[in-house]
Amino acid sequence: MITSPEVEQIEKPSGLLRTALRLKRTQIGLGVLIAMIGLTIVGPIIAPHSQTEFIDMPNSLNIPGALFGTDYLGQDVWSRFLIGGRSILLLSMSATLLGTTVGTFLGLLAALTKNKTDEFIMRIFDVILSFPQILLALLLVSMFNASPILTILAVALSTTPRVGRIIRGAALSVVERDFVQAATALGESRIRILFSEVLPNVTGPLLVEASLRFTYSIATIASLAFLGFAPDPTAANWGTMIQENSAVIVIQPWGAVLPVIAIAVLTIGTGLCSDGLSRVLAGIDRGGKGE
Amino acid sequence: MPILKFIARRLGLGLLTIFAVSVLIFLVTQAFPSDPAQAILGRETTPEALDALRQELGLYRPAITQFSSWLFDIVRGDIGKSFVTQMPLSEYIAPRVGNSLFLMVVGAAFSIPISIAVGAFSALRRDKTFDKTTSTVSLVLAAVPEFVMGTGLILLLSTSVFHVLPAITLIDAGQAPWSDLSGIVLPVLTLVLAVTPYVSRTMRASMIEMLESDYVEMARLKGMSERTVLVRHALPNALGPVFQVIALNLAYLAGGTVIVERLFNFPGIGSALADSVRARDLPAIQFLTLMIAGVYVLMNLLADVATVIATPRLRTSLK
Repeated sequence: MITSPEVEQIEKPSGLLRTALRLKRTQIGLGVLIAMIGLTIVGPIIAPHSQTEFIDMPNSLNIPGALFGTDYLGQDVWSRFLIGGRSILLLSMSATLLGTTVGTFLGLLAALTKNKTDEFIMRIFDVILSFPQILLALLLVSMFNASPILTILAVALSTTPRVGRIIRGAALSVVERDFVQAATALGESRIRILFSEVLPNVTGPLLVEASLRFTYSIATIASLAFLGFAPDPTAANWGTMIQENSAVIVIQPWGAVLPVIAIAVLTIGTGLCSDGLSRVLAGIDRGGKGE
Repeated sequence: MPILKFIARRLGLGLLTIFAVSVLIFLVTQAFPSDPAQAILGRETTPEALDALRQELGLYRPAITQFSSWLFDIVRGDIGKSFVTQMPLSEYIAPRVGNSLFLMVVGAAFSIPISIAVGAFSALRRDKTFDKTTSTVSLVLAAVPEFVMGTGLILLLSTSVFHVLPAITLIDAGQAPWSDLSGIVLPVLTLVLAVTPYVSRTMRASMIEMLESDYVEMARLKGMSERTVLVRHALPNALGPVFQVIALNLAYLAGGTVIVERLFNFPGIGSALADSVRARDLPAIQFLTLMIAGVYVLMNLLADVATVIATPRLRTSLK
């Protein structure tokens, strides 16, 4: 395979990751993200009460055995906080993975075909992009029976064109290069060229975009829960908790404070990661060392 | 006139997109759900009630007929009536459009000058303390979801910490939003904080590019004062890419504010949509989504046209 050494060197994802990890912001971001993932794994195990258990008078503080008091239904705030991150994190990870995969495939296909297929894909993207992300997700989730799969599909659908456009843009310059032309001339199949020639050369933008989309997926999924469209409305969920407890914020602030802090910390963590990655990528693009 | 041709072509494309958007909305709300009537009435209902609603919705007609009559009614200006209140939708929506417009204008009036100033100043002070601080702050603001930021502001400014502002807007849909100014401070602040990072980042990047460009160098070499170089040469050219981002953010302010309006109980189109979705008020959901998407498409169109007009290089390359 004919690959110019310069391309080999700059676009390797491991290289991008390693360089990004030398930046303090990426280190902090990744640390925060790992800590939050740890919380959502360990949290449900160490939670003293179940997520829907009635333990005492609603909206009370100073209850022995309940660190942060009870929420509007008399459930343990601390337990619901410990449990309430898992579904957000799992759903947003799955939605990001699905949306990024489909978006990458369609973006590469569009860049490689450059004809009616390209035009068709881009117009479909335009239609989906005519909706603010939360609006499309809200429309889909509210019209059908809420389920985790539906939430993932709804968020992935609104993620796909955003990733697809970026990947198409990055791949357009790659498909013009000698090694892709050579592979085409050698009669390699389109799918093979797509995955083994073009994809390895757009992993940089892909990684940056995926990390950015992860932040927005968390925001969209938490916002859906805030609007009352969590897959399970009674289950503990940081977004649901903020909505439920914000009316009684004056007498029992913890029910809203804890999830507000949790979502803020989580999204700042993922935001720091993607900022570190995009800085390195931009640095490489300019020919610098990305430091 | 190549510019008119460009605008006409872009307008045609915009109309096509809106048509496709209306198809998508119809499919999602009316054609794909196995039974919209069931979805509206919920599980505890009688077959008679279901049948009556299906008749009223015209669900026994073929999907194509349902779609075309819905779209033609809207094009004729008849947007139907709400299922829940039985009121004409126009009466329900009209005052809310005004309220959202007010929120959007006030939000834009603060966020656009602030973000352009912050972005341009960060570019001039590149990698100095001001630039580093604003870049960290905007990173945080861009990452945190609006409802989390808004709830944080409520906690900070309307409850125990500093009790200076009301947590929700206490105005009715028909009332002028400026009749309760203290009530709109928090929603506006949340919107400004949500929008500013995007515009200021674009402005910063664009300004840096301009400052490094040949003709800014040239202007300096000609001996122009730094002030003239910045105000007359760098700044106007740096604004081109910023239009795009501003238009997208105006679109966001116009329609994507479902969350912020809901959080602060502000009676605009965003909270109207959130209410309609909860009440499964199908005509309201369909029209409001179409309207918001329409604003989005329109803003994108304006952004493209403004960018071309503002960028001499693009303007002259039009064929």
